[in-house]
Amino acid sequence: MRVDGYGRIDRARPLSFTFDGKTFTGFAGDTLASALIANGVALVGRSFKYHRPRGILTAGSEEPNALVEIGEGAATTPNTRATMQELFDGLTARSQNRLGPLDLDLLSVNDLAAPFLGAGFYYKTFMWPRAFWEKLYEPLIRRAAGLGRLSGQHDDGRTEKAFAHCDLLVIGAGPSGLMAALTAARAGADVILADEQTEPGGRLLSEREEIDGQPAADWVAATLSELRGLGVRIMPRTTVTGAYDGGTYGALERVGLHLPESADLPRECFWRIATNAAVLAAGAIERPIAFPMNDRPGVMMASGLRSYLHRYGVVPGERIALFAANDDAHRTAADLAAAGIEVVAVIDPRPDATARGDYRLIRGEVTGTRGRRALREITVATDAGEERIAVDALGMSGGWNPNVHLTCHMGHRPVWDDGIDAFVPPETHVPGLTVCGAAKGDFSTAACLASGIAAASTALSALGLTAPDIPLPAASDDPGRARALWQVEGKGRAWLDFANDVTTKDVKLAAQENFRSVEHMKRYTTQGMAPDQGRNSNIAALAVLADATGRTIAETGTTTYRPPFHPVSIAAMGAGARGKGFAPERLTTSHAASLDRGAPMIAAGLWYRPSYFPRPGENHWRESCDREVRMVREAVGVCDVSTLGKIDIQGPDAGAFLDFLYTNTYSTLAPGKVRYGLMLREDGHVMDDGTTACLGPGRYVMTTTTAAAGQVMAHLDFVAQGLRPNLAVRHISVTEQWAQFAVAGPKARDLLASVFGAPPDLPFMGCTETTLSGTPARLFRISFSGEEGYEIAVPARYGAGLFRDLVARAETLGGGAYGMEALNVLRIEKGFITHAEIDGRITAGDLGMAGMMSKKKDFIGKAAAARPGLTDLARTALVGLRPAVLEQPILAGSQLYDGSDAPVRTNLKGHVTSACYSPTLDCHLALGFLAGGRKRIGSRVRAVDHLRGSEVICEVIDPVAYDPDGGRMRG
Amino acid sequence: MAELIATHPFDGILPIRHGNCAAAPFQPDAITSVAPYPGQEAAVSAALKDRIGAPFPAPGRSTTGADGSLAAWSGLDQCFVFGPALDAIDGAAVTDQSDAWAGIEIVGEDAREVLARLSPLDLRPGVFEPGHTARSLIGHMPALIMRTGDAVYLLLVFRSMAATAAHEIETAMKGVAARASLAT
Repeated sequence: MRVDGYGRIDRARPLSFTFDGKTFTGFAGDTLASALIANGVALVGRSFKYHRPRGILTAGSEEPNALVEIGEGAATTPNTRATMQELFDGLTARSQNRLGPLDLDLLSVNDLAAPFLGAGFYYKTFMWPRAFWEKLYEPLIRRAAGLGRLSGQHDDGRTEKAFAHCDLLVIGAGPSGLMAALTAARAGADVILADEQTEPGGRLLSEREEIDGQPAADWVAATLSELRGLGVRIMPRTTVTGAYDGGTYGALERVGLHLPESADLPRECFWRIATNAAVLAAGAIERPIAFPMNDRPGVMMASGLRSYLHRYGVVPGERIALFAANDDAHRTAADLAAAGIEVVAVIDPRPDATARGDYRLIRGEVTGTRGRRALREITVATDAGEERIAVDALGMSGGWNPNVHLTCHMGHRPVWDDGIDAFVPPETHVPGLTVCGAAKGDFSTAACLASGIAAASTALSALGLTAPDIPLPAASDDPGRARALWQVEGKGRAWLDFANDVTTKDVKLAAQENFRSVEHMKRYTTQGMAPDQGRNSNIAALAVLADATGRTIAETGTTTYRPPFHPVSIAAMGAGARGKGFAPERLTTSHAASLDRGAPMIAAGLWYRPSYFPRPGENHWRESCDREVRMVREAVGVCDVSTLGKIDIQGPDAGAFLDFLYTNTYSTLAPGKVRYGLMLREDGHVMDDGTTACLGPGRYVMTTTTAAAGQVMAHLDFVAQGLRPNLAVRHISVTEQWAQFAVAGPKARDLLASVFGAPPDLPFMGCTETTLSGTPARLFRISFSGEEGYEIAVPARYGAGLFRDLVARAETLGGGAYGMEALNVLRIEKGFITHAEIDGRITAGDLGMAGMMSKKKDFIGKAAAARPGLTDLARTALVGLRPAVLEQPILAGSQLYDGSDAPVRTNLKGHVTSACYSPTLDCHLALGFLAGGRKRIGSRVRAVDHLRGSEVICEVIDPVAYDPDGGRMRG
Repeated sequence: MAELIATHPFDGILPIRHGNCAAAPFQPDAITSVAPYPGQEAAVSAALKDRIGAPFPAPGRSTTGADGSLAAWSGLDQCFVFGPALDAIDGAAVTDQSDAWAGIEIVGEDAREVLARLSPLDLRPGVFEPGHTARSLIGHMPALIMRTGDAVYLLLVFRSMAATAAHEIETAMKGVAARASLAT
């Protein structure tokens, strides 16, 4: 219900929303949780394992119970914390983890079976019979387990990723964070202040407090206004989720989740913040008390009650009791009483507890609760006996746990502080990170403000800035007295981990069954493994474990803290990477023309290349491919080869540089000539092959394969910078500068004659710089098809025009464009290699190219290529294969075996790397590596494909199946 | 003889405008890489100053010539000259790069916010100042990023990636514009 005169909500702006199909009204400024409380909704979900009715426990991001589904259809987001979901008009929310209506969840029978569902239940029960696991047990468990459901559809909601940089990142905008940011900003530092709440201010907005004689909220507003004036970047709704190397922090910002879905506004943004220093002012989380039946809707955190009252003007009932062993609960009682709410009793076991107002103080403990779907009554045990008290809600406080998480993200462990009964950050932790305020164990407001100044001063001196003289604002210096209270013995289960349904009994059972290490206990009971990652329960659970194993809490220790501090949606982490966003698309200048001709595109790395160019009447890719191959062999074909890497190499020492890179010699290559070369890695295996042309003295252009263009460029950078820095040579990629087209076939010369106005006068392996239509052009006479072949290069801006022109001219000569399929067949017929052959394990010798390794000079890979394993005669070497039954296809990837050898690994003799149907030779053909290599020509092997169940008897032939003497390409 | 028509990688794609930012093609007469050989740096810088009025830039910086031409550091021992086409320079490798790159100029109050969605660079005004240049990434694309004015950035990506670059820039611009419209 609402409390008049309280809250930071805008009562002039009512908002309509639905929960489980029922329509409710809240106000601007509400969270879903506060609006539900205002409407008297206590039951908001079902627990994970026992399907017990659950209500709202907290007012923060640590909420373990009130997890709901937001949105409809593909845009459904499960496991949204109702405490963090801001209300907007039209918000639709649904409870989750139920079978049937929420108030009549059919799976709540699990609760009756609770005695059998204790820790380790699955391990003990679903052991046998073994076959039952996959068919029965696992589907059963999966049906019952898991919080929330996914829609099963692609969610098209927008998310984004972004980078931010600053001198100082302040994490948390409570009193400590605000003070730290103010100190640093006044010193002139560039500050980012990130806070996970909608409004910065932290607990100051949730308490009845004064700073410098004014209401704390006014001080917050004044401070924020000064920070804005000083240029501080304030990031509300932003949870810093992880601390990483080099001063980098991850942060998740809720950008549009508080609004109806819109097309352009991202829902969330995942930030990577790089900073020189950071201040952690993440505050503390109040811990629950594990008393019997403490999980009923209506049992809440005492601090949460204050947040709901002061921030949202709501209380969960008319009669409220409190249970704690610290002064915090008394503070809640005083605030509630001041707001006119009936405080039925404050139950406090401390003998020296004193009331802070006009309410009943009971020195005892809560030992039970009643109420089917909401709390109705509590049982209180005192020295005088038991008493039952009727209540609508119970606030509890077991003390506070500093939010030390980020300090432990790089492998450090927090240390136990006996003074405040809590874990605090270790002495050394994340480099550059300074902790202050409640996160460090400073619990009073005055201490928080002072520690904010101190932390900022530490950070400033690390930044080389001088901390300003900043007066400490006057505030309460009373942290309240407290005694640790972890659990209350009694009849009934006492919950530690509400989200995963782990009770004190489960932890004790773990200890009893010898899972005594905290890490083992965690895994045995699943405590801390729910969406809240144990933020509410970890410390209490290990306190119970310590008690059960007779150790201190410090001896027991904590489990490992890992990022993220708060769940991060996969959508935010992978923002923008769905579909085409996964990788850039590289399009050639002929792309549009290829699409116009109906060519299906295939990916070659990031490039898109035409597979084939279908003509009317062709219904299968093989028809088009066969026609394109014949076209090249009989007339002329045009193919875009711009994707091959091109590297411009210039300088007086360019020849020496190439000699060092290639196995063969280039310094002797005359201007106007092209040479085929082989490049090895340092380990002696083949890296790449290609041609390099000498355009003039000290001017070369190297060609790489499409696949290895990036690798070769990086290799050249390494060699130039690291191995031969003194050479007077420079290289730069010109892959994209030139659009380059292969023109191949017996009529290639005719085609070029019509393009240039005169037939080319160029010998095989010659090159020339010329002009075409007044623009510079390059012409190379090289062939990857085995026909008379040329490649024409023009500046890329003319690529689209030249491609259309060449294809049109080719068509008048009975030719046309050809794609990757035909290109592949043409080169297999000729025994030319690609990276299907040079797969990284292949030597020059394996390719039959040992003769290309110069004996007269040194080159990269020369020494390693001479290693015994690489020159072993038993190695496999390149051969051609033709099926004994010509129409039988050989499958690429098949393994080669001899005679009647069993097709098993130990008998393996080689493998097939490339295969095709050759329309030229009217048979299937393949290339592969076979032990014995060309010595085996004329013999037979079996190509066995175990995956596709094929076995083909093959004749071993020369890799060059077509025009072995090369007469056609030499012309 | 063939008649060749020139096409630009951003034909039909740019310009675009969202919120207070605009992206338009950047088309200098020519882009030429200049890379001095070892020991030739001073001579090449002098030659460059002679040709375009701007010396060879220091790493991460650019220099401007009298006629508006720009020499931007583009990597180890290398700069790109944006302006008239350059002939050979003694002591340096000079290479025509005019068609290899797709240039985009992003202008607007929130240009830096747009780039923060695309690039890991520290682009704070006092860190990446006008006249600064960096080889980095735009999304997953290698890029040369330059700041040429208060709220003016020049990006160069591979020509083949122009469509992807324009799409990613537009997506970032829309997101930033949508945020800005929230604040008002």
